[in-house]
Amino acid sequence: MIAILDYKAGNLTSVKRALDHLNISNEITSDPEILKSSKGFIFPGVGAAGSAMRNLMANRLDETVKSLVLSGKPMLGICLGCQIILDESSENGTKTLGIIPGRCEKFDPELKDESGQPINIPHMGWNTISLEKDCILFNKIPDDAEFYFVHGYYPVPDPAYAIGKTNYGLEFCSIFGRPGLWAMQFHPEKSGKPGLQILSNFYHFCLEKNHA
Amino acid sequence: MLSKRIIPCLDVRDGRLTKGIKFKGNVDIGDPVETAKQYYEQGADEIVFYDITASAEGRGIMLKVVEEVAATIFIPFSVGGGISTLEDMRNVLLAGAEKVSVNSAAVKNPGIISEGAESFGSQCIVVGMDVLQVEKSEKIPSGYEIVIHGGRKHMGIDALWWAQEAQRLGAGELCINSIDADGTKDGYELELTSMISENVTIPVIASGGAGNPQHMVEAVTKGKASAALIASIVHYGEYTIPGIKENMHNAGVKVRMNW
Repeated sequence: MIAILDYKAGNLTSVKRALDHLNISNEITSDPEILKSSKGFIFPGVGAAGSAMRNLMANRLDETVKSLVLSGKPMLGICLGCQIILDESSENGTKTLGIIPGRCEKFDPELKDESGQPINIPHMGWNTISLEKDCILFNKIPDDAEFYFVHGYYPVPDPAYAIGKTNYGLEFCSIFGRPGLWAMQFHPEKSGKPGLQILSNFYHFCLEKNHA
Repeated sequence: MLSKRIIPCLDVRDGRLTKGIKFKGNVDIGDPVETAKQYYEQGADEIVFYDITASAEGRGIMLKVVEEVAATIFIPFSVGGGISTLEDMRNVLLAGAEKVSVNSAAVKNPGIISEGAESFGSQCIVVGMDVLQVEKSEKIPSGYEIVIHGGRKHMGIDALWWAQEAQRLGAGELCINSIDADGTKDGYELELTSMISENVTIPVIASGGAGNPQHMVEAVTKGKASAALIASIVHYGEYTIPGIKENMHNAGVKVRMNW
């Protein structure tokens, strides 16, 4: 079973629907025991870092998530769930979980795209990812696959954790982490077949890890 | 680099498409879920459902449709038509839509934009605008006026002002529908689309007037839109989404070609 972390931050059901479609057993939960018993968990989310942190802390889920990661439980952070595992966000200077060193910055409206037009904010739509490192989550995914993004802030992790980059007015890190702890700015659950493949790859990693 | 999006729009009444859609083999499909699946598999970047149901019973049916669509396609989709309260928005989003679109309800009650953005996030809130070209005046300096009821009712609101106001209130995206161009198949209203695109920072979707694949190229180049809405041009088998995207790709527009 893959747990989907419930911290009242929207977008939980779309991750659930994607896992259901893949016949991956899953449960939306905030129960630490169920999270511990899962083969891995997904940390989803859309919205503001500040209110998300308040929701996490109100239920002591910040501590739960940190101890799960420390215990080696595989984790996949999506969108806000990717940003919030860094140290802080420039969104009102919110201190976040600090699982991976780094921070979140706001897109500067002065930035221009390749054709010299000012970028729209949020970064909304389909974009590509250039991998800087091999990542098993990208098994069976073609190089020109695109993924769905929607965000006004972008992650700036410690470069040692960078896995892949995306260009939008500037080059930002759209996937980072290490094997078993991945964070992605885009939404695999809304990225068509390549996105479903990422979720499936994550699940198979979790299965193998639990058998090892 | 961000791809320009192609977004088919499906009109739904009482849970069925208002007109059957012809796919290969000339099979008429009135089922919105099956149609959405076809478009998803053909490379649509997003799908818009426009619910023209009037009855409360029909609205309930629409929520069932939204749930089924959400379990079937894994790209973003939005639902518009008749959404006027936070409760309407919540129902549609909980049923699995990524975004909700408000149009005339936002003109009558702009507060719904900010309430929606605060409750669900700006990325969920699309403001649809029906626009008619008029004489430039003190009241309508851009020469484009907001209308409702399919263009029958002039609202005395300048379209450019309203676009910026909608952004200020928290809209995450604007869908600019030209009533003049709608149904003409002569192409999108490029002057209107580019004027609004240049004066807001949020993404703009061009709507109304698509007649051939070149029009989608123009919408995102001259019109500076982030996306183009299409309807009858693909619904009746005249053109296909892969063909439209291929044409854009060949014209040097970045579109998602691998799906």
